[in-house]
Amino acid sequence: MTMSTQKRKKRLNMKDKYKYMTRLGWETTYQDMDDVFPEDKFEGIKIHDWEAWEDPFRMTMDAYWKYQGEKDKKLYAIIDAFAQNNGQKNITDARYVSALKLFLTGVSPLEYQAHRGFANIARAFRGDGPRVACQMQAIDELRHVQTQVHTLSHYNKYFNGFSEWTHWHDNVWYLSVPKSFFDDARAAGPFEFIIAIGFSFEYVLTNLLFVPFMSGAAYNGDMATVTFGFSAQSDEARHMTLGLQAIKFLLEQDPDNVPIVQKWIDKWTWRGYKVLGLVSAMMDYMLPESPQSWKEAWELYFEQNTVALFKDLERYGITVPDCAATIKAEKEHISHQVWMTLYTHNAAAPFHTWIPDEKKMDWLSEKYPETFDKYYRPVYEHWNKLEKEGKRYYSEMLPQLCQTCQLPMLATEVEKGEPTQIAHRHTMYNGERFHFCSDHCKDIFEDEPEKFIQSWLPVHQIFQGNCGGATLPEVLKWYKVEFGQDNLDYVGSQDEKMWKEWKGEA
Amino acid sequence: MAIQAKGEYPVIMMDSVDKFHGNQLVYVGWDKHKLINSAMAFPLPPAMPFKALVHEVMPSCYKDHPDFEKVVWDDSVIWRLNGEEFTPDFEKSLEDNGIDHKSLVRFETPNLTGINGVGM
Repeated sequence: MTMSTQKRKKRLNMKDKYKYMTRLGWETTYQDMDDVFPEDKFEGIKIHDWEAWEDPFRMTMDAYWKYQGEKDKKLYAIIDAFAQNNGQKNITDARYVSALKLFLTGVSPLEYQAHRGFANIARAFRGDGPRVACQMQAIDELRHVQTQVHTLSHYNKYFNGFSEWTHWHDNVWYLSVPKSFFDDARAAGPFEFIIAIGFSFEYVLTNLLFVPFMSGAAYNGDMATVTFGFSAQSDEARHMTLGLQAIKFLLEQDPDNVPIVQKWIDKWTWRGYKVLGLVSAMMDYMLPESPQSWKEAWELYFEQNTVALFKDLERYGITVPDCAATIKAEKEHISHQVWMTLYTHNAAAPFHTWIPDEKKMDWLSEKYPETFDKYYRPVYEHWNKLEKEGKRYYSEMLPQLCQTCQLPMLATEVEKGEPTQIAHRHTMYNGERFHFCSDHCKDIFEDEPEKFIQSWLPVHQIFQGNCGGATLPEVLKWYKVEFGQDNLDYVGSQDEKMWKEWKGEA
Repeated sequence: MAIQAKGEYPVIMMDSVDKFHGNQLVYVGWDKHKLINSAMAFPLPPAMPFKALVHEVMPSCYKDHPDFEKVVWDDSVIWRLNGEEFTPDFEKSLEDNGIDHKSLVRFETPNLTGINGVGM
């Protein structure tokens, strides 16, 4: 053997190392490239030069593990300290925990969906730059769902409404709103997926999702949740870079791509906004101390920041989606309308709702001067009176749902100056009538009716007999929601009782 | 528009009438009474008389609005079936009133203005 006498080769420099470890693509010759990558043409997107889409992360796996490992170590140290110091007792109020229940059941499963979706498109693109970048993001997303589950599992030791979060995400009525959002994206082609999630959601809307939850956590003494937020933040910055790069790449490759991309931006901004309806109610009602209102968040993150981004895309012929005008018109109403719905149907939802107290109502009056005292305060006063008489209002009936976004038909004709009139739209397809909450949801359906006729609408599924039975106890059993523990008003709940014992108020 | 897909895309009617055990879906909405905060969905027999919808089914959700007991079911009530004004025959069935599967029946009560007089 001559090994020992050979001179050891010099280590590769960073640039070469990156190149050799990530440039794994080649032109196939035994098989047609279209057979190897069968998914990147059917959407009608034209690509002339895949090399123009570089991997924006430029990380190799060994560097990635080291970097993420450091962040995980810090995160888990803080979570341990939170647990040892009984951090759950230092939050502002146990009502706050409902925001976490909504996060774990409605948002964390989307991180997992994002993981699966990015892993899938990492296989679908024939350019190796985006393939590597999407694979990295897929791993990030898996880390996010894990850190969130680990953090929130601490609350599961003390509070109801966490135990069956995966089952709830897949089955409970209002969670079909976020679930169907991601099912729609993942059932699309790879280009639509990356515009839907990488651009519209990560870039345009993510600040409206994560900042409210994380700043809400900070304002309410929940350092554990703040920490997983911080741990994800540097990943999110990379994801936003990938989303922006994706859209610019598509727009620069061929002018025929522009109308397709515009259609997807319009669709996914609206789809994302409807999911954020749940977040708007969380921000304005579930947080005992609110850092900002939904309206303020929308104005800052969309009307100011995102509109500046669209200015940058104008040169490609891209415009701000039409739905932005609708969202702007609805910003003084949506959070109140969603909270009213959650309050009304709380018998079938595994978190708590409540009538806002005087301090919160005054805050809402201040933040929503045009609408709160005129429309919504009188409703809460009416329901509060019923509650005092021992007749807390729960709807015994099930709502009509929008075929596209799957929210109850709670949106109103705000743009037409009739904020108390529910908006109804419908269309016919294959001899059947389909109903929508808005023109935007109707347009999305009409563009791809074959897809949206397959919506798994929870209310219709109950009536078809697919959810355990026709009565509330049967459906709750099938949902795995414990009546009197996971659901109903905060007042009188086990969460409230325990909280009062902790605070010596029992 | 039709969906862009790699191959044949099946048409699967998830909510066709045959899946509702002899019932059909009927949605009911009360205009400008947002306290009941969405239109409601009901699985009902097509042979159900319209008056049973009004007097037996609708109270199950609308009793929760203080205006409901004040509704007088006369000509002052404006009815809409799938967006078009119509005059229901209370004695006839849903089917004979033209209310088919997944129809939306809306009613408006101009004399009643809801909570705070603003349509809530």
